Amino acid sequence: MLRILTNFVKRIFLQLFEEKKQIKLGFYGPPNGGKTTLSNRICKDWLGEEIGTASKIPHETRQVMLKDSVVIKHRGKELAFTLVDTPGIATRIDYEEFLKYKMPEQQAKRRAKEATKGVIEAIKWLDEMDCVVVVLDATKNPYNQVNVTIIGNLAARNIPVLIVANKIDLKKANMKKVENAFPQYEVVGLSALEGSNMEEFYESVFRIIKKR
Amino acid sequence: MLTLQFVPYSEIERLDSTGRIKKLLGIVREEKIVLMQGRLKPEEETGLIQKTMEAVGKSSFTGIEICTIYPEEVNADLFGRLKKEFYKALIGDREGITIIGPASLVKEIRKDPNKIQLFTHTPVRRTSPKTKVIASKNKKKKR
Repeated sequence: MLRILTNFVKRIFLQLFEEKKQIKLGFYGPPNGGKTTLSNRICKDWLGEEIGTASKIPHETRQVMLKDSVVIKHRGKELAFTLVDTPGIATRIDYEEFLKYKMPEQQAKRRAKEATKGVIEAIKWLDEMDCVVVVLDATKNPYNQVNVTIIGNLAARNIPVLIVANKIDLKKANMKKVENAFPQYEVVGLSALEGSNMEEFYESVFRIIKKR
Repeated sequence: MLTLQFVPYSEIERLDSTGRIKKLLGIVREEKIVLMQGRLKPEEETGLIQKTMEAVGKSSFTGIEICTIYPEEVNADLFGRLKKEFYKALIGDREGITIIGPASLVKEIRKDPNKIQLFTHTPVRRTSPKTKVIASKNKKKKR
């Protein structure tokens, strides 16, 4: 009885005071926002290797991808992360969409099936995150319900959120619109493909980590 | 023909999350567009997406399009927010409107803060070039 009580107190004590060794940083957003490109950029910056394959065809990432022990250093501070690259969250998946990319029908159907499972998996992983980077395509309308749903869920779970307005290298990009859509959140504009504005991104990540 | 089914808050208020999702998805799978009073909770929205994904691929169902318009609290003071929370607890979150349509009918729902534009696929375009539902805080306009 005493041993059970001691273990219980010990576990509570550890949960309260033990510093988490690795921070789970999730990358969420709709398909083709640039989640994998950004995760790859970070991994290349700090590990010299990539986490997954990015593609112009939607739903390239259909499984949650993890990269452990990504140590990011910024202004004398150092934090260890587990990067979690998730499949894009969508409300519709039609294999015919993939046929437009000249994909064989069987392959397109398989991709669609895997993509639906990927969306479910991504949602299940929400609870595991310590903080989340929501990656949005700055050339697209930010008032998409998927964006609102993801951010609303993170807020309900008290998970700190950083919004990335990706693809700012493109002419159509409108960072102001992303900022206006989510005024209560910090928004960083960057180009994951070109690696521009990554310093400001790391700065913001370190800032939101403190909110945990 | 495009069918819009109105779901008043009273129809879903006694249902639990699973029941709400089941009801809404059931209507959508009958190829109808749901106009729901109020909105779902964030976890209900993800639940709806999960259930939708589980159903995709079964028969010809390819998913849904969803959009919610909700009055933002601009410059609401503490008393105003408390009052709102009190009403919400008392009568439920009836504010706003949620539109859910089957992906086979609805091509896109475009939200631009205070209006919603609903674009349908080509077959409906034979009778009208563009079906548009504009919902703005207190007014609804169908074209």
